[in-house]
Amino acid sequence: MDWQFIGISAAKIVAVIAVMLPSIAYSVLAERRVCAFIQDRVGPNRVGPFGIWQPIADGVKFLLKEDFTPAHVRKMYFWLAPAITMIPAFLAVAVIPFGSRLGDEKMVIADLNVGVLYTFGIVSLGVYGIVLAGYASNSKYPFLGGIRSSAQMISYELAMGLSVVPLFMLVGDLNLSRIIEYQSGGLFHWLVFKQPLAFAIFLVAAFAETNRLPFDLPESETELVSGYHTEYSSMKFALFFLGEYAAMIAISALMVTLFFGGWMLPFAGLDQPATTLAGGLLHIAIFFGKLLAFMLLFIWVRWMLPRFRYDQLMHLGWRRFLPLALANIVATAVWLWISQSTP
Amino acid sequence: MIVNRKQLSWWERLYLPALIGGFKVTLRHFFRRKVTMQYPEERWVVPEGYRGAPYLVKDQEANTKCVSCQLCEFVCPPRAIRIVPPGPDGAPADRPNAEKMPREFEINMLRCIFCGFCQEVCPEEAIFLMRDYSLTGTSREEMLFDMEKLLALGGTHHDTIQKWKHKAEEAKAQGVEP
Repeated sequence: MDWQFIGISAAKIVAVIAVMLPSIAYSVLAERRVCAFIQDRVGPNRVGPFGIWQPIADGVKFLLKEDFTPAHVRKMYFWLAPAITMIPAFLAVAVIPFGSRLGDEKMVIADLNVGVLYTFGIVSLGVYGIVLAGYASNSKYPFLGGIRSSAQMISYELAMGLSVVPLFMLVGDLNLSRIIEYQSGGLFHWLVFKQPLAFAIFLVAAFAETNRLPFDLPESETELVSGYHTEYSSMKFALFFLGEYAAMIAISALMVTLFFGGWMLPFAGLDQPATTLAGGLLHIAIFFGKLLAFMLLFIWVRWMLPRFRYDQLMHLGWRRFLPLALANIVATAVWLWISQSTP
Repeated sequence: MIVNRKQLSWWERLYLPALIGGFKVTLRHFFRRKVTMQYPEERWVVPEGYRGAPYLVKDQEANTKCVSCQLCEFVCPPRAIRIVPPGPDGAPADRPNAEKMPREFEINMLRCIFCGFCQEVCPEEAIFLMRDYSLTGTSREEMLFDMEKLLALGGTHHDTIQKWKHKAEEAKAQGVEP
């Protein structure tokens, strides 16, 4: 047993969770404020200056509310579902490099060499929590929400997986740190510029993955009350809520890593691993900044677009994105073959 | 009725025009002036003729105008007004020639329905529905407004007729001291 490794890993886990939980709380606040501004309102601004303590008030409210379990639910699954929704979102962050180096330590919890496969595997587990919640609630709206969630998953998951294949053909590695290294040396080395189509497909699939509008079919407030979490209250509901935002953070982090060069900026030597402590911290800040930009995108789009019907989502996933993703793979393969055979 | 769906062009089916349009709309609204009125700090200015809380007024010579006729007490649908007249040996009115003024005048603001009948019925223009629309208190007792409070809140009403003053002057001119 390497105690130093365990200690450092534990410290990284604690640090990531300690940053992530407040980030979730504040992205909820940001969501409410941005939504209010788009709707010509002011939003929550009463708790503290500009409402900055609102998340604390929300948290206290969730903790103090009665945790009500309806009589008609299947208890075990009902209790299990919120946890299954939340945990994968947190687990997915484990392989994402959120900085280059602090001292000698690589700023990633687990530097897996199959990082991307792990992330896709874990992130798609979140859907089971939703389906389980819909099943366990044993009433009509959650049930419909659960059904829609499964229908949604089979529509986007394949396109999402195929959309990133060209990236790995270019990079030749599944390790996320290696993917970031590949993107160093100039803005146009970022994979978003090399694979814009892959990015577009992945972005849309990411919205479907996190159940955000325009693809919030399992929740569908206007028609399914609250969809899969209609029967949930108090902290169990809060776990779904945390899970949704944690999944947004995880998928944003993944997009930053895959397409936007992770912790690097293409100038001032910021695209090389940091040698000093300040440089390391700056890289973490850059990563966080990019992450925030994506979170803002997620929030903004929610208040911009109406919801898709689920046959429309299926149409989009199977008949538009799947052929496009496949064509992209073939095109990338041909391009690689040509560029390597004619040096 | 059959609504024929519009055939979308190739460009429209890419969803891009809708995306751009949506972004323009949301961006415009994001920076627009907000319609929210932040209540305790900003308050709604009520229009002229608004029926708010009924208060008693004094005339420009600081005399209580109410003559304790009890018409408002009688007409009040929810019986929110309670008047105790001075009685035969009560204190005289503020004004020299006026008949009398109430010993106690109380409005229960929890009962008041702001109908304006008291203002309508008052022969002396002594009670008015003013612009106060948010009356709050922490107890029921606090919401019983007595005469002192009602007069203080009502302030001065500029009386153009000044009936009692003119009557006194007429009496003086006819050599009858009031």
